[in-house]
Amino acid sequence: MTSSSPADARGRTPRRRGDSRRGDAVFFNLSRGAGVLLLVVMAAIAGFLTYRSALALGKNEGNFLTTFEWTPDAVKPVFGIAVLTFGTLVSALIAMLIAVPVAVGIALFISHYAPRRIAQPFAYLVDLLAAVPSIVYGLWGVLFLVPHMNGLTSWMDQYLGWTYIFDQSSSGVPARNLFTVGILLAIMVLPIITAVTREVFRQVPRMHEEAALALGATRWEMVRTAVLPFGRPGIISASMLGLGRALGETIAVATVLSTNSKLSLHLLDPGGGTFAENIALKFNEAQPLGRDALMASGLVLFVITLLVNGAARVIIARRKEYSGAAA
Amino acid sequence: MAKRIDVSGLSAYYGSTRAIEDISMTIEPRSVTAFIGPSGCGKSTFLRTLNRMHEVIPGARVEGKVMLDDENLYGANVDPVAVRRSVGMVFQRPNPFPTMSIYDNVVAGLRLAGVKKKSVLDGVVERSLQGANLWNEVKDRLNKPGAGLSGGQQQRLCIARAIAVEPEVLLMDEPCSALDPISTLAIEDLIGELKSQFTIVIVTHNMQQAARVSDRTAFFNLAGVGQPGKLIELDDTQRIFSNPSVQATEDYISGRFG
Repeated sequence: MTSSSPADARGRTPRRRGDSRRGDAVFFNLSRGAGVLLLVVMAAIAGFLTYRSALALGKNEGNFLTTFEWTPDAVKPVFGIAVLTFGTLVSALIAMLIAVPVAVGIALFISHYAPRRIAQPFAYLVDLLAAVPSIVYGLWGVLFLVPHMNGLTSWMDQYLGWTYIFDQSSSGVPARNLFTVGILLAIMVLPIITAVTREVFRQVPRMHEEAALALGATRWEMVRTAVLPFGRPGIISASMLGLGRALGETIAVATVLSTNSKLSLHLLDPGGGTFAENIALKFNEAQPLGRDALMASGLVLFVITLLVNGAARVIIARRKEYSGAAA
Repeated sequence: MAKRIDVSGLSAYYGSTRAIEDISMTIEPRSVTAFIGPSGCGKSTFLRTLNRMHEVIPGARVEGKVMLDDENLYGANVDPVAVRRSVGMVFQRPNPFPTMSIYDNVVAGLRLAGVKKKSVLDGVVERSLQGANLWNEVKDRLNKPGAGLSGGQQQRLCIARAIAVEPEVLLMDEPCSALDPISTLAIEDLIGELKSQFTIVIVTHNMQQAARVSDRTAFFNLAGVGQPGKLIELDDTQRIFSNPSVQATEDYISGRFG
C-alpha cells in the first residue's frame, strides 16, 4: 500500500487519505505517549523516593539536616545529610569554577581561533574525553592525581592558608579530599560543557560578527560584543548539564575520596562525602532502614538538581528578549 | 571628515580564485558613488576591500593600493582595525546586535574605542539617531532591544551605529535589498542627507536607486563565469544612465544584457 502506481493511486485516493490520517494519529499518539511516559517516570521516581524516605525519616533519632553521622543501622539510628550536602555542593562548585572558564576558552579556540585543520581533530579529542568511563577517571584520580597533589596543596596551605578553607590541619597525608575531587570533576564535566558551548558559538550569525568587525573591533572585542552575549544562554545551559553530572557523579568520587565522614571546612583535609558517593559505598551493606535512609539522601540530591535547573531556566528567561532568537 | 578614496591596480582573491582584477578609480568626498553590475561581478567584494573587511574571510587577500587622502590602507604599518574605524559599513541585512539595547547598539563603536563618559555617549546617541532619522521613533525606548524594531528601523539603527564613530567614509552593501519600498525611501532620503558629511559608496542591484541617490556610478562586469570582475566605467550618474561611453554599460542599463 505504501508504493502504488499512478493508476492505483487515482483509484484509491480515499483509501490513501485514510491511511495518511491514520499515520498522523499513530504518530501523534506515539509522541504524546513518549511525553506522558516521561512525566510518569519522573513522578514514579519522586513518589518512590518520597515514600521510602518517609519510612526512614520517621525512625531517625537525629536531625536529618544537621547531623554529621551516617549510622542508620545502629541500635539507635542516627543519620544526617550535613556532610553530604556540603561535600556535594563544594566539590561541584570547585568543578564549575575550574571547568566553565576553561571550557568556554576551549570552545572559543575551536570555533573562532584555531585554523580549521586543527580545530576539527581538536574538537574530536575533547569529545573523546567524554567517552572515558567514570571508573577510569576515578582510578586515574587516586593513582595519579592524588599522589601529585601534595606540592599544590602544601603551596596553597602556605600561601592561601589564611583563607581558612585552604588551611591544612595535617600536611603530608594523601590528598583524598574535596579539593582533589573538585579538580577531577572539572576534568570530567569539561567535554560536555565544551561541546555544547562550541556548537552555540558556531551558530553566532556571521553578520553579527561582521557588524562588530566593521565597527573596528579586534578579534577579542568581536568575541566580546557579538559571540559571548549571543552564546550566554548556551553557556548557562551547558554549565547546568555539567553541573548535573558533577552533582551526581558517583564512582570516581567514591574512588578518590577518603572514607571518613567528618565535616570540615578545610577543603584540603582528607574526608568528606557526596550524596552519590555515600549511596554507592553504603548501599550493599545497608539494612532495610539503612537503605531507606539512603533513599532519603537520594531524594535530597534529586531536589537539589531540580532547583539548580530551575534557577538556570530563570536566569535564561530573564533576558529572553535579548537572546537573539528574534533576529 | 569625508576623505577622497583613490584606488589603483586593486585585485582581490578568495584563496587562489581572483574575484576582481586590476581596478582603479577615484571616489570623490562628500558625494554618493553607486556600484552597479550583475551578480558575481565583484562589486561587493570591491566594496569590502575599501575597509579591509574582505580579508576577514579565511584565505582572502588583496593586492594593490587604496589611498584614503594620502594614507595607503594596505600600507605595511596600517592596522586593519583602525581602518575600519574610519571607514564605516552598513550591510545588506540589518544586523543590530541582538543582545544589546538600541542605546548600546549606537554606542557600540565608541565603547570599543574606549569612550566611557555617559554625557558624551548620551550626546552621540541623540545626534546619531537624529542623523539616521530614527530619533523620534525610538527616543522613548532607547533601552529596549534593537532587534525589536522593524526591518527598516533596524537598518537605520545600523546606519546610526556606523555614523556614531564619525567615520570618513560610509560603505553600504545593498542596504535596502531586505526592505520594503517605504523603508527604502526613508534610507534613500537619509543617504541624500548624509552625503553632506561623508563620502558614501553604495552597492545596489536596483538601477533606479542608483539613478536616484548617486552622483557618480560605476558599472562592473565579468567576462564570463569563473572570470574575475572588472570595472567597466565610472562616470557621472546622469551620463551613465543617458549616454554611457561603453556599449556593455548601455546593454546592462537598458536590460539588453546577457
